[in-house]
Amino acid sequence: MRRNQVAVVGAAETTELGIIPNMSQIQLHADAALNAIADAGLKLSDIDGIATAVETPQQIAHYLGIKPTWVDGTSVGGCSFMLHVRHAAAAIEAGLCKTVLITHAESGKSMIGKLPRSTPPDSLNGQFESPFGVFGPPSMFPIPVLRYMKTHGITHEQIAMVAVVQREWAAKNPRATMKAPITVEDVLNSKMIAYPFRILQCCLVTDGGGALILTSADRAKDFPNKPVYILGTGESVETPMVSQMETFNSSRAFKTAGPLAFKEAGISHGDVDHLMIYDAFAHLPLFGLGDLGFMPHEETGKFIADGNTRPGGKLPLNTNGGGLSYMHSGMYGMYALQESVRQMRGIAPAQVKDAKISVCHGVGGMFAASGTIIFTNEK
Amino acid sequence: MAEPARAKPKPTPETQHFWDGTAAGELRLQRCDACAHVYFPPRPFCPSCASRKVSVFKASGKAKLYSYVINHRPAAPGFTPPYAIAVVELDEGPRMMSNILDCPQTPEALVLDMKLEVAFEKLDDKITLPQFRPAKG
Ligand SMILES: [Zn+2]
Repeated sequence: MRRNQVAVVGAAETTELGIIPNMSQIQLHADAALNAIADAGLKLSDIDGIATAVETPQQIAHYLGIKPTWVDGTSVGGCSFMLHVRHAAAAIEAGLCKTVLITHAESGKSMIGKLPRSTPPDSLNGQFESPFGVFGPPSMFPIPVLRYMKTHGITHEQIAMVAVVQREWAAKNPRATMKAPITVEDVLNSKMIAYPFRILQCCLVTDGGGALILTSADRAKDFPNKPVYILGTGESVETPMVSQMETFNSSRAFKTAGPLAFKEAGISHGDVDHLMIYDAFAHLPLFGLGDLGFMPHEETGKFIADGNTRPGGKLPLNTNGGGLSYMHSGMYGMYALQESVRQMRGIAPAQVKDAKISVCHGVGGMFAASGTIIFTNEK
Repeated sequence: MAEPARAKPKPTPETQHFWDGTAAGELRLQRCDACAHVYFPPRPFCPSCASRKVSVFKASGKAKLYSYVINHRPAAPGFTPPYAIAVVELDEGPRMMSNILDCPQTPEALVLDMKLEVAFEKLDDKITLPQFRPAKG
């Protein structure tokens, strides 16, 4: 894909984040979509493309009253929205549509109008993982951690620092769910969920949503907000079964999507001013730093523990507080994208001064899928 | 009130030989006749070279502990926490999920790379799970 041909011209989250007992899941989609459309100064009738995950595009298009000529229902978990951005950019460049709305919302906490997630007993997961007592992401996502730690020499204290540093970022963000400072000791003494991980190393469970609007870069100048250009993109999938990953020492999906985006963007790691790595659990930023090529995996734990990703550090990471402290409705990728767009617009609560390039990396399932988007505010 | 039942696998035409094997006290894997690749989970073709000429064989049942969590909460129906959910690496190459039987469910007892051997846990007349326990001797 060619660089900077498509831009984000509308971006918004739901009016409220956290516990939203007065809205169903599709209404959360609509709330975010209407906020994004207002942010872009558009009318509903201007939208000719729609993408969403979990909920179908037809559900959201009909509920909003949109008549699309391009749809994308890619649903590969929490990074689906990174893939939507990539697909929408290609579709706009190919002339299939002009203005794409991407929505995410999940009534993850209040569970109103939320489709049930289930694993059929005759699926491969149902036959070869469910019988051994896996029960939701906290029992599955951390399974690779002990192997990763042993191979790369990572300590429990270093992984605990991921949560500590992200809470420092969250403290700067009025919309963050958890803002009180925490220490490594707090993390390592918090309630055990699935050894080696404790509750402060697991994402929050909240309600909320977000939406993005993309159009071609040549039209983007005419919108009310500063355009945020798509500089590079990457995507991949590996396996829906965490037990069947090629290795626990890295993620193949990360290693495919990340470098693809860097190559497309034509940038090196030193050019990155701001970084988002989807942190459903505290080990993901370590996998991301290694697999995206910022440093060898062996150095990722020390890099974070030394404070390089905290406010004032040389590589600001997860500046909204992340899934650990900001919010996590179930598919956090949309919130990571929103924070990258805010940073590129220069309006983030914890704004990184003069940031020009933001890398936003997402995970889907338990390392099942991955999407990377590189944004810039310079064309 | 009855205990909530643990999740039970339901075989498909492609996996029936595997579940017939565990019921007979055998861990069965597949090997590609064309490229010798050994793979899991079961399917009637080779995911390495796409050949449909594959054979079922009885695995050694030897493995080592690749990684695990000790799940505390929430517990799956039919499980009493804390319990380990492990991924074991078979001597033949493939990895599979398992619990670790006959072993304290603690970080001290569950040591990465420890030697394991297959054990069969019968759930009912149709389904026997392949499980692993510390290897004897
Ligand atoms: Zn083969």
